[in-house]
Amino acid sequence: MAIQILMPALSPTMTDGKLSKWLKAEGDTVASGDLLAEIETDKATMEVEAVDEGILGKIIVPEGTEGVLVNAPIAIILEEGESAADIDDVAAAPAPAPQPATEAAPAQATAAPATAPVASEADYDGPMVNITVREALRDAMAEEMRADENVFLIGEEVAQYQGAYKISQGLLDEFGDKRVIDTPITEIGFTGLSVGAAFSGLKPIVEFMTFNFSMQAIDHIINSAAKTLYMSGGQMGCPIVFRGANGAASRVGAQHSQCYASWYAHCPGLKVVAPWSAVDAKGLLKASIRDPNPVIFLENEILYGASFDVPDDPDFTVPIGKAKIERAGADVTIVAFSIMVGKALEAAELLAAEGIEAEVINLRTLRPLDTETIVNSVKKTNRLVSVEEGWPVAGMGAEMAAIMMEQAFDYLDAPVVRVCGEDIPMPYAANLEALSLPKPDGIAAAAKSVCYR
Amino acid sequence: MPKTAKKSAPKKQARIKPGKKAPAASADELLEYYRQMLMIRRFEEKAGQLYGMGLIGGFCHLYIGQEAVVVGMQSAANDVDSVITSYRDHGHMLACGMDPKGVMAELTGRAGGYSKGKGGSMHMFSAEKNFYGGHGIVGAQVPLGTGLAFAHKYKGDGGVNMAYFGDGAINQGQVYESFNMAQLWSLPVIYIIENNKYGMGTAIERASSTTELYLRGSAHGIPGVKIDGMDVLAVRSAAEKAMKHCRSGKGPYILEMETYRYRGHSMSDPAKYRSKDEVSKVRKESDPIDNLRQLMMKHKTTTEEALKEIDREIKALVTEAANFAQSSPEPDPGELYTDILVEA
Repeated sequence: MAIQILMPALSPTMTDGKLSKWLKAEGDTVASGDLLAEIETDKATMEVEAVDEGILGKIIVPEGTEGVLVNAPIAIILEEGESAADIDDVAAAPAPAPQPATEAAPAQATAAPATAPVASEADYDGPMVNITVREALRDAMAEEMRADENVFLIGEEVAQYQGAYKISQGLLDEFGDKRVIDTPITEIGFTGLSVGAAFSGLKPIVEFMTFNFSMQAIDHIINSAAKTLYMSGGQMGCPIVFRGANGAASRVGAQHSQCYASWYAHCPGLKVVAPWSAVDAKGLLKASIRDPNPVIFLENEILYGASFDVPDDPDFTVPIGKAKIERAGADVTIVAFSIMVGKALEAAELLAAEGIEAEVINLRTLRPLDTETIVNSVKKTNRLVSVEEGWPVAGMGAEMAAIMMEQAFDYLDAPVVRVCGEDIPMPYAANLEALSLPKPDGIAAAAKSVCYR
Repeated sequence: MPKTAKKSAPKKQARIKPGKKAPAASADELLEYYRQMLMIRRFEEKAGQLYGMGLIGGFCHLYIGQEAVVVGMQSAANDVDSVITSYRDHGHMLACGMDPKGVMAELTGRAGGYSKGKGGSMHMFSAEKNFYGGHGIVGAQVPLGTGLAFAHKYKGDGGVNMAYFGDGAINQGQVYESFNMAQLWSLPVIYIIENNKYGMGTAIERASSTTELYLRGSAHGIPGVKIDGMDVLAVRSAAEKAMKHCRSGKGPYILEMETYRYRGHSMSDPAKYRSKDEVSKVRKESDPIDNLRQLMMKHKTTTEEALKEIDREIKALVTEAANFAQSSPEPDPGELYTDILVEA
C-alpha cells in the first residue's frame, strides 16, 4: 500500500512549519536516505530525508506552504508495483490519529490576554505592531546595540548560527563579529570574561542557551557580578544582562527543565526579570540593558513563538520593579510570572464562567518585587494564589506567603495557596511531564478553594 | 603544533645573578624597586602585627617573600594596563600605586578603607588605578582578567591585563576555559602564575600532575616561560618581553614565577606542612630584598646612607598607615544598605 509522508516535528516545541522546497518531483524514484524536502520552522531550516523507498507518487502540500501542522500528510510514496490509482485510496484513508497533546504544544493558543490589559502601559498611545516574543527580544537587543557602542552579545551559537533559538537572528549581519560573539562551550569562562569586561565599563548581554547551563557559571554571577559593587564600596559596578530560556520546555527531561527564578531572586546585588508577553520581553530587555546593574532575564522557550501587539517605538521600555495587572477582578488575586501568566489568565476565564472574578498580576520583576501592587490587590480581594512552574520549597510562592503574613495579614480571609511545579525532577514521559506542571484547571481549583467554593 | 612546542619548550630564563655581571637597570630604577619591595614587606609585617592585636579580623594573607614578582611585573606596566589578582593582594595594591592608608584601613574594616570597610583584606578595588581586585574565590580572577583584556581590545585602548594567580588556582577548570578564549581571540593578557610551592597546605607535587606550570598553556598554543620570581630584574626582563608580545596583538602570554611565601597561607595557618629549615634556607639564600641590596652595594649604585633613608621613609609611611587604620571610624551603620545596586 502507498505510504503517507507526514510533516515531521524538528524540535521539541515545534507545532507547525513552512514546507519551503521540494527536493524531489512527482515521479522521481526515492531511496531511503534521499533528501525529500526542506522544512522551515521559526528556529531553523532543515532537510527531511526519506525513510521508505519507492516513487514519489503525489505531493500533497506544495512548496511555499506555511503553517503546515506537524503530522499532516505532505506526500505519498508508491511502493513497487503500485500505480497512481493507489494514491486515492491513501488519500481517502483517515489521517493518522494526532499525537497526544503535551502541555507545551498549544502554548500559542494561551498567549493572547483574555481581556484587554487594564493597567497597561497607560501613557503610550502610539502605533502598535504584532510581533513574536522572539522578535521582541531581537529588536530590543538590536535597538540598544544601535544606541550604545558598549553593548555586545556573547554566548554559544549567537552569531553564525543566529541563536540556538533564533533570538539573535540578523544581529551578526548588522553588528559584525566584534559585537556578536560566538563562544566555545565554556560557561564559567565566558561568564567570568563578560563580568570582567563589565567591570571596565562595557555592557555585555550574555546569552545562556538555557539557564540550566548557568549553574556552571553561577559563581561568577553571584560572587563576581552581584557582590563587587558592595565589596568595592560603590566603586566598581557590573552593567550586564544574563538572558536565556528558563523553566520547562517540552519533553527535554530533568536536566533541561528547571526554573531558576527563586535561585537568583534570593541574591542581593541582582535584579531578576521574567517576561511573559512580547511587550514585557521588549520593554523589559531594553530596560535591563540600560540598567547599570547585573540583571537576570528569564525567558521561556515555549513563549518564543507567541505573538502580541507591541508599541512600535524604540523609546518604549517597561520599568524594572513594577508588576502589571493583566486582568482586574475583585474576588481573588492570582500572581504569576513568565509562562504561568497565560495559564493564570486561562484559569481566570474558567473562574469567570463560575461567577468568580480573579485579578491576575503579571509580576514581571522578581527582584525587586512590586509588593505594593500585590498587597493593594489583596486588600481588595482578601485572597492570594501564587503560581509558578518551579519547585515549592523556598520558591517564589513561599516568598509571597511570607509577604502576605508580614504586610497583609489582617486583610487575608483565607490562607495563601501555592500552585507550583511538582517537587520532583522533571520526568520525560509526556503524561508525567504534563502532571508535573501547573495547569489552568488546577489554578482555578486553588482559587475556588480560597474563595471557599 | 611545532611552533608552540618550540616556544613552550622547557627553558630557564637567563638570571641576572648578583656579582656575575652588571645589572641591566639604572641606579635609580634599582633603588625604586628596592623601595617598593621594602614598602610591601614592612606593610605586611605591620598588618601581621595588627592582626595579632585583634585589629584585623577574618582572613589575612601576607605577601612576604613574593615582593619581587609584583614589583618586577608592574615596572613594565603603563597607566592604561589593568591588574587583577587573588586574595593575597596587599602587595599588588601597593605596587599599583594605591594609598597604603586606604589599604590598611580596609584591613581594619574602617570607613577610610578603599571599600569603606565593606570589602576587607580580600576584596579591595581601585577604579582610578585600574586595580580590579582582590578576589576571594580561587581562580575566579582568571576569566575576569581575561574579560578585562577583552575590554582593552574592544575599546582599542592598547592596554594589557595582568592576571595574577597561584599554583593552587592553576588546577581550576576556568583557568583553561580562559586560556582557550584568550588565545582564540588574541586577547592582551599576561597570566602570571605565582608559584609559591604550596596551595594552602598542599605542596604542589601533591596537587598537580605536572609541576612545570609554564607549560599549562601549551595545549592552547600560549607561550610560557619559567622565571626566578625572587629576582626582580629577571621578573622585569620577562615582563617586558611578555608585554611586547601582548601589545603587538599576538595574544596571551604565561609567566610562571618561582617564588616563596615566608608566612603561612593565612594568619591562622600553623604551617606544619613544611619545615622551618626550608623557610629559613629560602630567606637566607634567595630573599629578593636582601639580594637586591647586595647587588646595589656590590656595584656601588647606592650608599648605606641612602638605604637607611629609604628605611626611615617607609617606616614613617607604614606607621602613618597603621595610625590611620586605627583612627579612621568604623563605617556608619547607614552604609549597611548602600552600594548594593547602582541607582539607575
